[in-house]
Amino acid sequence: MPNVTTSVEDADLRVLGIETSCDETAAAVVAGDRRILAERLLSQLAEHQPYGGIVPEIAARAHLDHLDRLIEEAMAEAGLGFADLHGVAATGGPGLIGGLMVGMTMAKAIAAVHGLPLLAVNHLEGHALSARLTDGTAFPYLLLLVSGGHCQLVIVEAVGRYRRLGTTIDDAIGECFDKAAKMLGLGYPGGPAVERAAADGDAARFALPRPLKGRPGCDFSFSGLKTAVRHTIEALPPGRLSHQDVADLCASFQAAVADSLEDRCGNAIKIFRDRHPEANSLVVAGGVAANGYLRTRLSRLAKASGLDLVAPPQALCTDNAAMIAWAGIERLRAGLTDELDFAAKPRWPLGAAELES
Amino acid sequence: MSVASASRTEPLTVIALPDLAATDRFAGLVAGRARHGDVIGLAGELGTGKTTFARAFIRALAGADEEVPSPTFTLLQTYDSRAGPIYHFDLYRLVAPDEAWELGIEEAFAHGISLIEWPERLGPLLPEDTLCLTLRAAAGGDPNARGVEVSCGPSWRDRMAAVCADMGQADDD
Repeated sequence: MPNVTTSVEDADLRVLGIETSCDETAAAVVAGDRRILAERLLSQLAEHQPYGGIVPEIAARAHLDHLDRLIEEAMAEAGLGFADLHGVAATGGPGLIGGLMVGMTMAKAIAAVHGLPLLAVNHLEGHALSARLTDGTAFPYLLLLVSGGHCQLVIVEAVGRYRRLGTTIDDAIGECFDKAAKMLGLGYPGGPAVERAAADGDAARFALPRPLKGRPGCDFSFSGLKTAVRHTIEALPPGRLSHQDVADLCASFQAAVADSLEDRCGNAIKIFRDRHPEANSLVVAGGVAANGYLRTRLSRLAKASGLDLVAPPQALCTDNAAMIAWAGIERLRAGLTDELDFAAKPRWPLGAAELES
Repeated sequence: MSVASASRTEPLTVIALPDLAATDRFAGLVAGRARHGDVIGLAGELGTGKTTFARAFIRALAGADEEVPSPTFTLLQTYDSRAGPIYHFDLYRLVAPDEAWELGIEEAFAHGISLIEWPERLGPLLPEDTLCLTLRAAAGGDPNARGVEVSCGPSWRDRMAAVCADMGQADDD
């Protein structure tokens, strides 16, 4: 195991981060004083758009084709050589195995050649810690992670100490947006399309379920809401949906999602407050945090509960490499480095990280 | 559904699943007869309960507490079960069948039980001896009521006849 440089001042730490777990190929260099020295991101969204989703074969090939160049550019922009780094971080899971292996293998190669510590970062941990990069948020805080593949409420107590309060028992929230958009003939990704359409809509026109609202606990469920959208569309007169039908259904759908989120977050806030009366932050991360309507509703909830809503800027809310590099810095400081035989994990719940503490 | 091609549809049975409890029971009965090397396709439109069936199937073999998230985003989730590994695929986002190689379908077909949502996306790569279940919304008061069309390859015929018999008996109770 390479020696972790302890003589370097915290602020001078430099870590390269690599993210290839899903549809973005990204590399970034981040400093210990929270500066993002360089960032390169290639979104494969344009490649995926015609297909309404992610095409894994294309994704893995694109990671492989572009990662070298993105790392080279990021290092050049940061003005660093590999020997100037203090560690190499890459997403080790969860995600698509092909993409994960491309990123991990690259990180291992750089670490091995330059004698640097390897940091295998859980993608969810990257999201969980991103508010500390952007806003310097102090532990502990309550995290709502809402994205295409995840919907979780987690108390972030320290690096490697995550207490999951709830998760989706079926579909993730972003997936629900995507599928509702698909049924309504809107584009991909579904979140922005639904939000745009909902702007002219009447949220009271369609009565949709508020999944799990009023029930104890902090789990989420969106599968029933998806089915209800399908039923609602089928109950409308046959033929092409009118602009107003789509707008009203989008607005009704968004309101149902927000009510459900608010209810589940409310329960989580009570638990969080009981355990950490001194804490004051609700962090929302993940691509769905870009939805302005949901953000407004969450902001209101946080305020009513005496918490500050912290939402990292959009570019750092969606998948990116800066958050992976930052999680690498946090793990390096905590002495949590990984061996070169680390195997990528397509399935890696964040709760498992509790075992490390 | 393109999967329910003529070669695989004989004999075709439709089983009524009037509520979620019936879906759970049906999934449990199929799981109880599933074995190493089986491929089960789950077809049907968005929101017809493909993942719900898969969840009940996986829990019947891997334990009631097993978390079974939708695999739409990850494309594949794997589970250890008392019947060996279970590979839960969601091919919703695939365009060309060849893309499934990336997900390791060969390994799954050879080493475990494969549950495949949107199996039509596999095209000719779907094995002949597949159990294909096509879920459709059914009329009636319960929004979770479904009808499931069963078509299967040779190794499934006796097993599905037994499952149908068991479902019938459960209805009589």
